[in-house]
Amino acid sequence: MPENHATAKETKGASSVRTLLRLWPYLRPVRARWFAAGVVAVTASCLSLLIPLVLKWMVDGPVAERDPGGVWLGALYLLLLGVAEALLFGLRRWLVARPLTGVEAAMRADLYRHLQRLPVAFHDRWPSGQLLSRGTADLAMLRMFLTFPLMFIVVNGVTVVAGCAVLLAQDWLLGLILLVPVVPLIVICALFETKYALVARRAQDQVGDLTTVVEESVLGIRVVKGFGRHRAQAEAFRTLAVRLRGTELDKARLLAAIWAVIMTVPELAVGAALVLGTVRVADGAMSAGTLVAFLSTALALRWPVESIGFLLAMTQEAATATERYFEVLDEPVEEPACRPRAESVKAPGGGLRFDGVTFRYPDAPPGTDPVLARIDLHVRPGETMALVGATGSGKTTLTALVPRLHEVTAGRILLDGEDIATMERSRLRELVAVAFEEPTLFSASVGENVLMGAGGEADEGALRRALAVAQAGFVDGLPDGVRTQVGEQGLSLSGGQRQRLALARAVVGRPRFLVLDDPLSALDVHTEALVEAALRDVLRGTTALVVAHRPSTVQLADRVALLSGGRITAVGTHHELLRESAEYAWLMSGTEAEGGGSR
Amino acid sequence: MTTPTTAPVPGGSGGGGPAPEEDATDGGRGSGPGRDADATGTTGATDGTGATDGTGATDGTGATDGTDRIGEDDLPTPPGATGALLRSLLREHRWWVALCAVLLLLHQAAVQAGPLLVAYAIDRGVPALRQDDYGPLVAVGAGYVGCALGGGLFQYAFIRASARVNQSVLLDLRGRIFRHAQALSVDFHERYTSGRLISRSTTDVESLRELLGEGLQELVGVVLAFGYISVMLLWLDLGTGAVALASLLPLFLMVRRYRRRSRVVFAARSTAIAAVIVKFVETMNGIRPVRAFRRERVNDAEFGALNDRHARRNADGMLEMAQYVVGSRLIANTAVAGMVLWGAHRVASGALALGVLAAAVLYLRRLYDPIDRLGMFLNSYQSAAASLEKIAGLLAQVPSVPEASAPRALPPRRGGAGREVVFEDVRFAYRTGGEVLPRFGLTIPAGQTVAVVGSTGAGKSTLAKLLARFYDPTGGRVLLDGVDLRELATPELRRGVVMVTQESFLFSGTVADNIAIGRPEATREEIEQAAKAIGAHDFITGLPDGYDTDVRKRGGRISAGQRQLVAFARALLADPAVLILDEATSSLDVPGERAVQRAMDTVLAGRTAVVIAHRLSTVEIADRVLVMEAGRIVEDGAPAELIGGTGRFAGLHRAWRESLV
Repeated sequence: MPENHATAKETKGASSVRTLLRLWPYLRPVRARWFAAGVVAVTASCLSLLIPLVLKWMVDGPVAERDPGGVWLGALYLLLLGVAEALLFGLRRWLVARPLTGVEAAMRADLYRHLQRLPVAFHDRWPSGQLLSRGTADLAMLRMFLTFPLMFIVVNGVTVVAGCAVLLAQDWLLGLILLVPVVPLIVICALFETKYALVARRAQDQVGDLTTVVEESVLGIRVVKGFGRHRAQAEAFRTLAVRLRGTELDKARLLAAIWAVIMTVPELAVGAALVLGTVRVADGAMSAGTLVAFLSTALALRWPVESIGFLLAMTQEAATATERYFEVLDEPVEEPACRPRAESVKAPGGGLRFDGVTFRYPDAPPGTDPVLARIDLHVRPGETMALVGATGSGKTTLTALVPRLHEVTAGRILLDGEDIATMERSRLRELVAVAFEEPTLFSASVGENVLMGAGGEADEGALRRALAVAQAGFVDGLPDGVRTQVGEQGLSLSGGQRQRLALARAVVGRPRFLVLDDPLSALDVHTEALVEAALRDVLRGTTALVVAHRPSTVQLADRVALLSGGRITAVGTHHELLRESAEYAWLMSGTEAEGGGSR
Repeated sequence: MTTPTTAPVPGGSGGGGPAPEEDATDGGRGSGPGRDADATGTTGATDGTGATDGTGATDGTGATDGTDRIGEDDLPTPPGATGALLRSLLREHRWWVALCAVLLLLHQAAVQAGPLLVAYAIDRGVPALRQDDYGPLVAVGAGYVGCALGGGLFQYAFIRASARVNQSVLLDLRGRIFRHAQALSVDFHERYTSGRLISRSTTDVESLRELLGEGLQELVGVVLAFGYISVMLLWLDLGTGAVALASLLPLFLMVRRYRRRSRVVFAARSTAIAAVIVKFVETMNGIRPVRAFRRERVNDAEFGALNDRHARRNADGMLEMAQYVVGSRLIANTAVAGMVLWGAHRVASGALALGVLAAAVLYLRRLYDPIDRLGMFLNSYQSAAASLEKIAGLLAQVPSVPEASAPRALPPRRGGAGREVVFEDVRFAYRTGGEVLPRFGLTIPAGQTVAVVGSTGAGKSTLAKLLARFYDPTGGRVLLDGVDLRELATPELRRGVVMVTQESFLFSGTVADNIAIGRPEATREEIEQAAKAIGAHDFITGLPDGYDTDVRKRGGRISAGQRQLVAFARALLADPAVLILDEATSSLDVPGERAVQRAMDTVLAGRTAVVIAHRLSTVEIADRVLVMEAGRIVEDGAPAELIGGTGRFAGLHRAWRESLV
């Protein structure tokens, strides 16, 4: 029968075999133990085929000959076989347990390491849930596959062949009767698996839909309650839940049918074998022991035969999981260092200079306008430049180009005359500190979160200074002060509090270049004023680019650049621009919409 | 033969990440098709993320004034609540449950008759045949075919009947959790994080589904089979049966030991995988700061440590299983050898028929086959029981803001004037005692626009939530045109009061759907009108499919400010008599905010409005300003009056004016 399931595997697609072969580098380090476990499993499986033979020997030998001593010997054989079988089972598990969880961990670590180094644009495309399911469910699936189905496709194949040989060797007619259902059963099981996988997939999707409604109704509870929509939500939920129930019942129907077949067909064969065997025993053509051994062997073979269908299905699933895993791992990382430039021109003047910078998202359809087009902007050393623009004008994108979170499509960005494209990323990011619009804190203490910005050489004093700048006095009111754990598993902070910590993180290392993306948006008027006063001090010695939405933030800057439609349309002081640019005046006060409002 | 059951595939059970996943079944020990266990594994993991994201998103707001938090994961489950829940779920299906039990009994009877027929064939059929009597043989053949067909049929019927029960129970339970969660107050939702609430209706229901779908039947099947077989063996031969029964004790001890030890290992493993997941999600969600602050190496090391710990715990679990398998197999195989010895001895000495020995041997194989899986199913039973208890705890929560039992109607709305709002001796404290608003009284005449200002934590939002009846006051009453909010039916209340909050949640569906939440029966013109009134029309028509843009598919491209505009349009469309704006313009840029304010002039005409804002520009549209501090209203007057005075508001306003220049 092994040819049979091997071909079935082939038809499922040579491509899945090729996909699965990609797992080899991970399996390679533990191959000795893995193959040993395979051998152990085959041995254990064949031992269980010996048990009926011992029974036969006992029935036909000592029992028939009324030899109690022989009975003892037979029982001893059985005991030894039993003990060996138990120990081999344990041995197989022991052999693979640590190595294979190690394989899983190695694959997960590789995925994580790779993901951390993929371009930010990749992460913009991929929701973290998608990545997580590859890192957890898919990898758990693969470990399981290596532990169980992969090994047992071989083991069960060998067992089925050996079992057939044993049956046929003892009595070919009876053997044939028992073997008749084997092939159809394997085929039926395999067919069923494909069908069942479809329904199971549908149920899974419907569970997903249901989960979406649950999540939304919980996350949007204020809206639901605020508008008295809970009945409508419950109705929507019920519709989906009823649909899911229908699918689950379909699943049950399939399952019921296949089990009925699996139950009935071999039993019928056994029944036929029993009747025929009885006749032959009565005729004296066969010994009673042989009949017992036969029925026993048929029993032992049942599982290997039934299992082949779902083992193949699991293989298919493992192939899918492998594909999903490598889909991410095959994405190219940010090229490690730099694209070295032959003409490493030292442009005149220091500070931060955008030189004909154009940017479009790599995944943008061709032909669309670039987000940023030919940006020329010079922030002088020590100067603070505010970046102002309507929503969606590309301010955040522009700031992301400086630490090379995105790569410019054309043009270049110079830090103190040096093209950032030729710099080591880590050195660049050491020079440039960033505070993002959406302040993210990590699961660590408040102090660790802030000191992340300093690259390890900052001390308690620097931490204190940074917290003071960001007006994060609330830290001292937290249960453990700067050692309070925050983030997913710690204390939750309000948006304003998180924003202040993110600001402290950006300034703690006293960076040469500072990029702040609307750093004060979540603060109330009072705190905002205090932060600004303190920040002014920090900004004095720093070259800074600050995205600003409000006049109060603009006050921080020496000059303002107006970004409009992907271009810098005006540069000047706040007052100059208020006078000269209608759009700027509109953005700052909202009152001259009629005059210059070109949104 | 393997006891036929609808066992899941080896290895697949468990809710993805934190839940235990087993790979119990070893070679030779049955199991079968039906791999939904794997499928759910995947869902489980992704759910986990969704929940984690959700928690992070909402916590930011909830935590600021949430001094009354639920620390531990479980709500206290009143004693007996779990049992009562189970009974109430099964009550209406009790006849189906009875049918299932009967089918399972019949099924097992049919299945376990096989070896008996073998005994009969050998002991009676063979001698009879030798005397040319085909009767017994025909009986055996017919019996075997009957049992095979009966077994299959009963199996089929049982799976379908039990699926019916299971799915009806799950449908019922899902609905109950959902409706209950919706009925619980906003106050509850703020304390009990969204992630936990979501996992109650996903992961916990899932583990119950697994138990009902596969585990319970397996468990009951094993027990039944053991019962049947033991009785058969005792009946066939007292000695053999006695050995079988005697082997139960060590097996039981083995299972108990495994359960006890695996519980510890699995708990450690859940913690380990949860830590891995948190680190993973956190890194991916914060990839920009990770990169900008060069955290890659540090993260690699930290993740590596967590990952290795999980690998160790995972292997611990597998080794624990290996021990159990070896132990239980040893007991089983020793018992088999013992019984064969005893039986063969008796046959050899002529005290027992050969056929009986054969039957006993066949029974023995069946007897011990399912023990490998027993430990695993006990685990799934345990986790389902824990889940059910958590669910019962949630369902036992009494909504603190119940719907009116005998609702009263509001008096008809007087032509375009909004409604009068009165806070009558209202005070509000968290259940744990932290007083947020001491006793106060406040009357807002119909049609007035009131701005509420004050620093974070002054109680502004609590005031608004009392008015929207997200909370009920601890003392006193909130009256809308003289009617206590608690006496209003929900639809009536929502026609009366609508609140727009800072976080403007968008539901999956189109932009138009989201606006129409305010009034589901609204036409497209009305929706567009509302959007135009608030200045959202331009950006919406700029979306790929305009009003029909799916917010989930391109959701990332809708900015926070734009979301707020949609939320505004939603509130406008609802056309409430009283409109509450809680920091509703915080994410808008200056022109957006201005546009909203200009729209407010017309929008607020004919309504009572309460506007909470950090930015004092909002005050310009107000008829009246309330300044709050530490839960008290410290200043109350017309804006001009307060600005001209020397109070706190005058100071705040001056500072703000200066920042504008």
